[in-house]
Amino acid sequence: MPPPVPEQLGRSIETLYRSESGRVLATLVRLLGDLDLAEESMHEAFAAALESWTLTGIPEKPRPWLISTARFKAIDAMRRRARFDGVQRDLVAHLESLVNDAPTGNGEIGEEEIEDDRLRLIFTCCHPALPPEGQVALTLREICGLTTEEIARAFLVTPATLAQRIVRAKAKIRETPIPYEVPTPQELPERLAAVLQVIYLVFNEGYSAAAGAEVTRAELTGEAIRLGRLLTELQPTPEIPTPEIKGLLALMLLQESRRAARTSPAGELILLENQDRSLWNREQIAEGVTLLEQALISRRFGSYTLQAAIAAVHAEAESVAATDWRQIVAIYDQLVRIQPSPVVHLNRAVAIAMRDGPEAGLTHIDAVLEHGELTNYYLAHSARAEMYRRLGRLDEARSAYEKALALTQQEPERLFLLERIRQLK
Amino acid sequence: MKYLCFGYYDKGQFDGMTESDRNAMFDSCFEYDDHLRANGHWAGGEAIQPAETAMTLYWKNGKVATTDGPYAETKEQLGGILVLEARDMNHAIQLMAQHPALTYGNSFEIRPVADLNEMMKASEQRRRQAVAP
Repeated sequence: MPPPVPEQLGRSIETLYRSESGRVLATLVRLLGDLDLAEESMHEAFAAALESWTLTGIPEKPRPWLISTARFKAIDAMRRRARFDGVQRDLVAHLESLVNDAPTGNGEIGEEEIEDDRLRLIFTCCHPALPPEGQVALTLREICGLTTEEIARAFLVTPATLAQRIVRAKAKIRETPIPYEVPTPQELPERLAAVLQVIYLVFNEGYSAAAGAEVTRAELTGEAIRLGRLLTELQPTPEIPTPEIKGLLALMLLQESRRAARTSPAGELILLENQDRSLWNREQIAEGVTLLEQALISRRFGSYTLQAAIAAVHAEAESVAATDWRQIVAIYDQLVRIQPSPVVHLNRAVAIAMRDGPEAGLTHIDAVLEHGELTNYYLAHSARAEMYRRLGRLDEARSAYEKALALTQQEPERLFLLERIRQLK
Repeated sequence: MKYLCFGYYDKGQFDGMTESDRNAMFDSCFEYDDHLRANGHWAGGEAIQPAETAMTLYWKNGKVATTDGPYAETKEQLGGILVLEARDMNHAIQLMAQHPALTYGNSFEIRPVADLNEMMKASEQRRRQAVAP
C-alpha cells in the first residue's frame, strides 16, 4: 500500500485539478490526438501526482510535470491495449514517435500554445454535429473540469443521463471524426456563434436559478464567464467577429453584477425596480462597460453586444425612475431588427411601457401575444398583469398573474407571483 | 469518488468455454486489475461463487426465514464486485469500458456509492437523545 496522502496535499491537488485540468487536457488532446486517451492519461497523471508529491512535495511547475507524466501514461496504456489487440501495435509506434518528437522535452509548453489548445478543444466540444445538450455537457466537463455528477446536479438530471450524453458526444467526435482545431476563417463566424450560444446557455442555466440552495447552479455563471474570457484570447482577424465575444462577456458580467441584489435572504426573487443597487458589483459593471465600449466601437457587433448595452443603461442608472428608458427603447429597436424573436419584442414592449406609460405598454404586449408564440410564456402574462396593476384594473391584473402562475414551475418565480396576487386581494 | 462495479456473466456460456479460453480471459482480466491497482483505481473487489452457493435471509411471520439460492434467479449471474476509485461517472465508465471481461460476453453495472455520512450523523443524534434521561 502506498503511504497515506496528507489531507493538505489532497486538497492542494484538488485545487490544482480545478485550475489546471482543462489546460493539461487540451494540450494532451493535441499531443495524443485522442480525447479519451488524453483524459485517461491525465487522470493517471493526477493519481501519480498524489503518490509522488507525497514524498517530493508539489513541484514548482506542476503543469509540465503533469503533461509529461500523462504522455508516458498514454504510451503505457497503448502498449497494454496492443497486447490484446494486434491492430493497435502500429498505433503504439506512431504514438511513441509523436510523444518523443513533441517539442516538450523539458515539459515547457508556452502559455500561448496552451491557450490555443484550449480554444481548439472548445471548438471541438461545441461542434454543430453534436446535439446541444452534448455540447454543453462536454464543455463543462472537458474545459471547466466539472464532474459528471456536478453537471447533472446543475441541470437537474440524473448522473446516468448526463453520463450517457457525454459518452454519446464523445463517440460522435471519434466516429465523425470531428477534428481538433480552431475552424478555418470561412467557417469561423458560424462556429463561433455555436460556441457563444453554449456559453450563454451555461450562463443562463446558472443565472435563472436564483441563488440560495442551488449553489452548484450559481457556479455555472462563473464557469460561463471564465469561458467567455478564454474566447477573448482569439486573435482578432477580419473574419472573427470579436465584438460579439466582448459583447457576450460584457453581457454576462453586467447581469452577474446584480446577483447579490436579485434574491432576498429567503430566496425570493427581487425585481430590478426593487433591487438595492448599492449591492451591485461595481467592479463587474466597470469591466462590463469597458468591454461593451470596445465592442461598440467596431460597429460590427450583434445581439449580445446590444443586450449588454441595455444592461449597461440599467447598471448606470441610480433608480428605475432615473433610467434612460428612451435609450433602452432605441437599443431594442436595433435589437429587434437583428433578432426579431417574440421574447425580444416582449421586452421592447415592457421598455415602451416604462417610457410612455402602462397604456402604451399594454397595447404593445397584446400585439406580441396576438402572434401566438408566447401564449404559454409566463413572463408575457406577468408583464401584462403588471400593466393592469399600474392602471388600477385589479381584477384583470389578478387573473393575468394567475395565468402566469399556472405556467411556471420555478419556485422563486412562483413565490413572487403568489405575493403579487396576495397584494391585490 | 467510489463506484461499485457489479460484474455479470452468463454461466451457461462460461461453462461452455475451453480451458485455454478461460485461462486467456482470466489472464487478461487479472492483468487489467493490476493496472487499475497500480494507478490507484482499485479500492477493493472480490469474485463470488456461483448462485447455487447463496443463502437468502428475509423476515416472515415475525421471524427470520431462509432459503437456499440467490435472491433473484436470472440467466445472468453476479460473478464479482469491484470497488473503483474514479473522478466521476464518466471516468468510471472509461476505466471499465477497457476491462477485457467485456470482450468475453460479460457485463458491468456501475453504481456510485451513496454518501450516508449525513444520515449516520443524524441517526447518531437520534440515538443519543433516546438514551439521554
